[in-house]
Formats: sequence, structure tokens, C-alpha cells
Amino acid sequence: MSAGGIHTSDPTTGAAPDTLPATRWIEGTPSLHRITSDISRPMEAKPGRGWWICFALASAAVLNLLGMVGYLFAKGIGIWGLNNAVGWAFDITNFVFWIGIGHAGTLISAILLLFRQKWRTSINRSAEAMTIFAVMCAGLFPLIHMGRPWDAFFIFPYFPNQRGPLWVNFRSPLVWDVFAISTYFTISLVFWYLGMIPDLATLRDRAVGGIKKFVFRILSLGWNGSQRTWSRYEIVSLVLAALATPLVLSVHSIVSTDFATSLVPGWHTTIFPPYFVAGAIYSGFGMVLTLLIITRQTMHLERYITVNHLEAMAKVTLLTGSLVGYAYATEFFNAWYSGNVHERFHFINRATGPYAWCFYLMVLCNVLTPQVLWWKRARRSVPLLFVVSILVNVGMWFERFVIIVVGLHRNFLPSAWGMFYPTVFDIGILVGVFGLFFSLFLLFIRALPMIAMWEVKGVSNG
Amino acid sequence: MAERFLVGSFSEPGPMLAAVATLRSAGVAIHDVFAPYPVHGLDQAMGIRRSRLPFVTLLAGLGGLCFALVFQYYTAVFDWPLDVGGKPENSTLAFVPVCFELTVLIGGLGTVGAFLLRARLFPGKPEQLPVLGVTNNVFAVVTHAPAGGNEGPLARRIMLENGADEVDEREGES
Repeated sequence: MSAGGIHTSDPTTGAAPDTLPATRWIEGTPSLHRITSDISRPMEAKPGRGWWICFALASAAVLNLLGMVGYLFAKGIGIWGLNNAVGWAFDITNFVFWIGIGHAGTLISAILLLFRQKWRTSINRSAEAMTIFAVMCAGLFPLIHMGRPWDAFFIFPYFPNQRGPLWVNFRSPLVWDVFAISTYFTISLVFWYLGMIPDLATLRDRAVGGIKKFVFRILSLGWNGSQRTWSRYEIVSLVLAALATPLVLSVHSIVSTDFATSLVPGWHTTIFPPYFVAGAIYSGFGMVLTLLIITRQTMHLERYITVNHLEAMAKVTLLTGSLVGYAYATEFFNAWYSGNVHERFHFINRATGPYAWCFYLMVLCNVLTPQVLWWKRARRSVPLLFVVSILVNVGMWFERFVIIVVGLHRNFLPSAWGMFYPTVFDIGILVGVFGLFFSLFLLFIRALPMIAMWEVKGVSNG
Repeated sequence: MAERFLVGSFSEPGPMLAAVATLRSAGVAIHDVFAPYPVHGLDQAMGIRRSRLPFVTLLAGLGGLCFALVFQYYTAVFDWPLDVGGKPENSTLAFVPVCFELTVLIGGLGTVGAFLLRARLFPGKPEQLPVLGVTNNVFAVVTHAPAGGNEGPLARRIMLENGADEVDEREGES
């Protein structure tokens, strides 16, 4: 078997290689059967103690979420710390945060596919799963924030409706959001499932019988590896990637217009769409790093999710983190340069007001922390990357909090000023949604192949 | 009517690719090749034409775009023109995001639907595997081998010469 198109120098003669040695995306040269067995193992073996501990914690958080959301539905959103001055706080912060988390998955699966980046093969499946779970978590927040969640379907245009021929307002970014997120979720789900069909067929053929075989037979759609099907399949994957590429840029751009089309100082700015997209990819890669570092260690998949993968992700994190830092600086510059007193006040308040600690925490996590990734040793140090990835997530959550709450709490009229203090329900729901996300991810790595076997096989053979 | 096929199993993609190229140049009709992952160069070796599915994407995407544009215009201008902050009823620029999203949504779903129809993939379809392991680590070349003809022996010889692990004769529906 060839070594995957890798050029190396001849160890006996010490001759210089023709080209720079290509990065290896799999350790060693496992056989095709070995790849199938290694990746199927977490699904076929009983889960270890680590998995059970994580799952118990995550499920406890989900139970807490259910209880708190149930109470919220009974009592109304007054149980949160919202008030007349700050009508959006943890809820919309969480919404924007989770939507952002999803972006790395689509970037890895779609944009890196178009750029023919081989390093995506080991990580795309779990990153796409993460996207789907993150969008589910995000979708929860507008729903529970409505106050009357049973009327949530009013945001979709449908006919006949009880309101006569009254339709949704298509000029509103909140309606654009509905379309953007529904499309994003649907296309991500289809892309994820389509990519999994060949692997589901592999699992179907490995299963010895019973319910497992039955379920995989239904899900694998009769896939048999025919080259005529493969040929069409690759074209469809490319087409979907081409459609998802502008989608990944549009979703957070549209989310940012929820803010940018308003007149609130700190929100009313044209820089928001690219700034939000960069932030989304940055936070998404932070979460992918967190998840993959944990799963590669606990599931013993270091052979497939190598340090080279982590380094590649660290480079994207550094790039997007620096873009985010640049955007922060531009916001301050424009506030000064515009001469608009409200804008100036907002940014002075952001850096010196009662929420200044949130702002500095955000700068520490999002601007300073990723700079450590300029060093190759840092990019290849797994414990350090883990710490960085956690800080990225903390920083990006606080970024949204700073934009939303600091923007609202001292608006145009001093008589309308106020403060937001989270209640136990704000914090409980925040924790609960993390529990929901991790529960779904933990179930995913037990039930479905978390690495795309067929794609890894393609890379292993060059 | 049942047809006779020859199934050659390979454990490596290289020899399989060479066998397919030789078979085709020798004029043997290749029914299909089965592989655990898409092998580069196999389409050309088999002479498979590039799929026309992107045209479906184009049509479905344009359909989504037109629907979004007409629907927004109809609801906002004709059916219930509502003054929102003095904005024009036909706020075409504000309709762009929804137009884009529906283009992508309907284009994407249309393409996947057309693919599943064309490749005849549906839930619960019984798998028809030429040999066990084509979804794991086996590459299988399937050629037509009509009884009494010399295509069968020729194909068998070419496959064995190119490193096939095993060549079996099968009967089945094409």
C-alpha cells in the first residue's frame, strides 16, 4: 500500500525530498478493516466509566433544564432577571452563542471540502453533529423567550391563518432569522446524514442481527458501494458544500442584523455581519477543540484525530480570534471617529461602566489568549489547547453578553437606564442547555460513527 | 431474466483500477464496481459520464428563488399591505435574505431528493452486495459473462492477472 502520497527523504542516502513532506493525517498505516474496527469500537463496546460519569452529569443538567423551562412556562419570563431597560439578556446571549458554535461544523464540512483540505476527514462528522446539536440548543431560546411558546408557529408564514390574510413581516430581521436558522438546520442535517450513509451501510454489514441490523438497514437506504452511486454521491456532496458555504456566512450575518438594523448604540453598526461570522467560527472551533480533545483521549482515537488535526484547528482559531480582536478595535475607533455622542458614550461605558469586568474578561479570552497560538509548541500541546479552547468559549459567551446587555442597560435616556442581574433561572437554564448539548453529543458518539470511516479510508490510501 | 455475472474481489484499489482499465480496453462490458470509498480515477477507467445532478440544483434553486420573491411580494404588496415604520410595501432589498435562504433550502433538498431517486436508494431497501466486505475492505469488479461467450473466460483471466483474490460466477438480476 502506498503511504498516502507522502514524500519523504530516503533514510539510507539522506537525499533531500522532492517536495516538502506532506502532513500525515493518520498515525501509521492501518488496514481498511482496522479503520472500520477502530472507529466502530466505541459503538460496539460497553461504555466506560468516564462516559457514564459525563452522561450522568449532563443528564442531571437536562433534568434541571426541563424543570426550569416548565416553571418558566407556568410563570412567564418574569422569573428571569429581565426588566424594562434590559429586555434581552441571557436568553438572546445563549441563542447567539449556540448559533455561533454551530459554524465550525459547517465550515469544516463544506468550506474545507471545497478547498480539498484532507484534514477535515477525521473531524468533520463530529463537528457536523456538534452543529446540529448547537442549533437545536440555540432554537430553544427564541422559543422560550416568546412568553407564549405554544404560539411559536406564528413566526412561520402559513395559510389559512386565524388572523385573516395577515402575514409575517418580511422586512424584519427576526423573520429572516427564522428562515436562516431553519434552512441552516435542515441543510446541515441533510449533509450530515448523507455523509453518514456509506458508514451506516458498513455498520449494517458488521451487525450480526437483531435490532441494530434492522435500524442500520433502514437508515443506510440499501447502500452497496456501487461506483455509479459513489460518482453521483461525490457530485451531490460538492453541490451541497457549495450551497452550504454561502449559508455558513449568511446565518450569522442575518443573526447580526437582529442588532445591526436597530438604532441602539453599540448595535447599529455595519461591521456586525463579518464580525459575527468571524466570532462564530472562532467560538465554533473552540468548542470542536474542547470536544475532540476529550473524545480522542477517552475513546482512544489518537491515531485518527492526531496532533496535526489539533494544530490545523488551532491555526483557524488564531486567525479568527485575531479577526475578532481587530473588529473590537474597529468598533472603538469608529465610535470615536464618528463623533456620535451616543456611540462614544456606549463604548466608554463598555470599558469603564458597571459591566467593565465582562468586557475585560472578553478581551482577555478572545484577544490575548489566542495569541499564544503563534507558537508551534503551543499549537501542538494538547493540555494547553484544551485550556485555550475553554477560554475561547468563555470569552465568546461574554462577547455576546457585552454586546447585548451593555448595549441595552444605558440607552439614550438616563431615566430608562437599569441593570441586569441574572436570577437562578437564568443561570440554571444556561447550565441546563450545556447539559442538553453534551448529552446529545455523548449519545451520538455511542450510537453513530463519530469519524467518517469511508473518508478516512480514502485519505489513508492517498 | 437471470443474467450471469463474474465477480472479481480485490483487496487493494490499485490492482482493481488496473483490472478495470484492462477489461474495458479488451471490450468486456463492466456492469459495476463496488468499493468501500470512492476510488479516484475509477470513473474515467469505467467510462462513467459526469452526473447531471447539478442541473437539478440549478432548477430547484431557481424555483426556490422565484417562489420566495413572488411569495414575499404577494403577501407584502397585494394580500395585506401593512405600513411598517413607513417602509415601502415592495422592500425588495429586505426580501433578499429570505430569497437566498429558500434558494439554498430548495436547491439542496431538491438535489438530495433527485440523487436518492436516481440512485434508487430508499429506507429499508435490501442491500445487494456482490461480495461481503465491499462496505469494509473489499473492492469488487462485476462484469457481464453471458453463457457460452468468450467474455467470461477473458474477464476471469484479466482479473486474476491483475491480482484479484477471487473470481466467482454469479447469477442475478441486473
